[in-house]
Amino acid sequence: MRASTMDTERKANFSLAPNASQGLTMAQERIAVAVNELDLYYGDKRALNSINMQIARNRVTAFIGPSGCGKSTLLRCFNRMNDLVDACRIDGEITLDEDNIYNKGVDVAELRRRVGMVFQKPNPFPKSIYENVAYGLRIQGIKKKRLLDETVEWALKSAALWDEVKDRLHESALGMSGGQQQRLVIARTIAVKPEILLLDEPASALDPISTLKIEELIHELKKDFTIVIVTHNMQQAARVSDYTAFMYMGDLIEFGATDQLFTNPVQKQTEDYITGRYG
Amino acid sequence: MMRIGVKQWFASGSPWIWLNGAAVAISVIMVVGLLALIAVRGLGHFWPAAVLQAEVSVSGQPTALIGSVADEEVVSADQLRDSGVILAAGQDSAKRLLIKAGNRDVTGADFVWVLEQDLRDITYPEDIITLERREWGNFYGRVVAVKEAGSVIAQRDSQTDAAIWRLLLQRVERSLAIYDDIYEIEKGAIGQINYGMERLRLRQRGLELKGQLTPVAQAELDAERDLLNQRYEGLQQQLVDLYTAFERDSMIGETMSGQQLEINLSKIVRAFRANAMTGPQKVSFYASKLWEFVSAEPREANTEGGVFPAIFGTVMMVLLMSVMVTPFGVVAAVYLREYARQGPITRIIRIAVNNLAGVPSIVYGVFGLGFFIYFLGGNIDQLFFPEAAPAPTFGTPGLLWASLTLALLTVPVVIVATEEGLSRIPRAVREGSLALGATKAETLWRVVLPMASPAMMTGVILAVARAAGEVAPLMLVGVVKLAPSLPLDGNYPYLHLDQKFMHLGFHIYDVGFQSPNVEAARPLVYATALLLVLVIALLNLSAVAIRNRLREKYKALES
Repeated sequence: MRASTMDTERKANFSLAPNASQGLTMAQERIAVAVNELDLYYGDKRALNSINMQIARNRVTAFIGPSGCGKSTLLRCFNRMNDLVDACRIDGEITLDEDNIYNKGVDVAELRRRVGMVFQKPNPFPKSIYENVAYGLRIQGIKKKRLLDETVEWALKSAALWDEVKDRLHESALGMSGGQQQRLVIARTIAVKPEILLLDEPASALDPISTLKIEELIHELKKDFTIVIVTHNMQQAARVSDYTAFMYMGDLIEFGATDQLFTNPVQKQTEDYITGRYG
Repeated sequence: MMRIGVKQWFASGSPWIWLNGAAVAISVIMVVGLLALIAVRGLGHFWPAAVLQAEVSVSGQPTALIGSVADEEVVSADQLRDSGVILAAGQDSAKRLLIKAGNRDVTGADFVWVLEQDLRDITYPEDIITLERREWGNFYGRVVAVKEAGSVIAQRDSQTDAAIWRLLLQRVERSLAIYDDIYEIEKGAIGQINYGMERLRLRQRGLELKGQLTPVAQAELDAERDLLNQRYEGLQQQLVDLYTAFERDSMIGETMSGQQLEINLSKIVRAFRANAMTGPQKVSFYASKLWEFVSAEPREANTEGGVFPAIFGTVMMVLLMSVMVTPFGVVAAVYLREYARQGPITRIIRIAVNNLAGVPSIVYGVFGLGFFIYFLGGNIDQLFFPEAAPAPTFGTPGLLWASLTLALLTVPVVIVATEEGLSRIPRAVREGSLALGATKAETLWRVVLPMASPAMMTGVILAVARAAGEVAPLMLVGVVKLAPSLPLDGNYPYLHLDQKFMHLGFHIYDVGFQSPNVEAARPLVYATALLLVLVIALLNLSAVAIRNRLREKYKALES
């Protein structure tokens, strides 16, 4: 009963809200990241199969798919977060500005500064709000107080958090609400001015109002950053993204402009998934 | 009424709750009982006990006895008869009293055992005085006369007891004031001069060894030495005057047996009449004795006076140990947990580290003596202190080596606790830092280690608890019965890591089991034990306070 109402709602949403991505084609885009024949293994288990895709600059690309399909794994390849996992092996390449990030001698810390990431659960450091945002800057060795102040203010404003916290910048970040913490983490990430922003289910641990705020934020941030978002929530993908990739069991099943993919999917599997027949 | 079967009773869990409750209750009773015992036994010692006067008639030969009851016990008649005491037929047991009668210089012993039934005419006369002396223990008896420079200025026949007593107290106070001046000069100024002389000697010897002892340098050294000598001469003259004044007065006392004894007032530490004291006087006397115990130096082979050097040594050693063990343990734990490849070798190392905590502490003492003192210390002496040879500087037991040995003893605890703490830091926080472009080292330094600091403090707390109570290894690596000076003083370089020091735990052993005067020392064993427990508790509580503050600061992430 409930499932069916949700289903109709979903459909209604897709049709009622014509997405900004209408008429977009990859050919017209400037490419930020290209993935070529990417395979990923956890030990003997193959988790990603020959992924090929391109991420368009200053657009929002969403990865959807059922749990365990590899969308988070793929996302974590973009800033080499998978390096931290023992027994994880990667073949193929990901190029960022024409350079393969998996080349030997790549400065991983520098790569991660250029490719920022926000995780599923808010993970502020046990420091003050100010120090959380300034963290990445301090890592880069920036000590000038004025520069730090300016950047922190800019980042918090960009993350739509400034008005809520400007009077308590030096209080612990752990005293904030979950939604505020997640926006703080976004502010912290954009404070180092990355080129690409990876969002790994950024709203899945938040209430609907906080989710809405994050989504609005993504719209705003798209002007300055290339955004890749993993989400469970298809409405969210439809609302915020320009391009959508549907993954299943480690394969990239379908990739295209969001309105195209949601209204007129090419693959049968995609259609089944977005109409709620499985997943 | 519903009947509950045994089976149901067991199934309900009640027996286990009772069992747990009983175990906890027994533990609490034992701990409280232990503390109460040492507190009562130890703290009672400082109370001015009433001094009794009585006739002791053993086999019809009455003798006078003056003293205070130190202990009492009931002995079976058979045991007494076996040792030759004649008791009335049919008597099962007798009460035996341990009387502290003092006057060791006259009778040869401080304490006598008497049967309560042998005491006749017990009185508590107010004119009995007790003198605490620097030598020969307490004097119990009466004042006959007070002398100044050999001539009598007050005596019993011509003046009232109260008047003589007042005079005596004034004179004792005067000599105590002079004693303080003498102490200051001897320990302070002259000690400093001696220290300077020794440094000059070492400098001269050092130059000699290097072949740089030119006439110019020699003249310089001689000039400095002359300066010190002059200062010493001045002080020496001052001391002579002070000593003359100090030894001016004396008193004649009468012991219980009527023997007269001349006692120089310079030998007296404290004079009081326990039986004449009012309640508040007793309380203030008690407070002053207690203060003496924690703040003064020991006297009379550690059986009198205070234990301040031992408290100081214990705290100093524990602090040094903490300073050494914390970075060492943390660094080891960080490597094991964060950098080392987790595999069989790491597992073996971890097991070895855990087992190291179970090695008997005396083994660490032997290792400390062999490796730290003889090997490390010996080489340090050869390399850096050739001028002091053949006297060792670091090649002998001392504070540094004792702290290091205990640091080694406690490092497994810190490693285990820190590893535990590191493993509890959420992965999300580490990833958050890495995702911002921080390297692993930066992440560790800025985020992980601060968050793990409460766990490190837990390790330090456990280490402190273990180290502060340790005695066995210390006997090999630096603790002594009596240290002439504190390891921290006003002479450059202020902290003397090479010095030997006193320790409360060893003090208990020494006073209790190595003392020539066991009866006098026994209450001090309890008092020192209580003090040791308090010092450890205090050290622990301060570490816990620091940990709680850190915990508050780095509260683990909610949800």
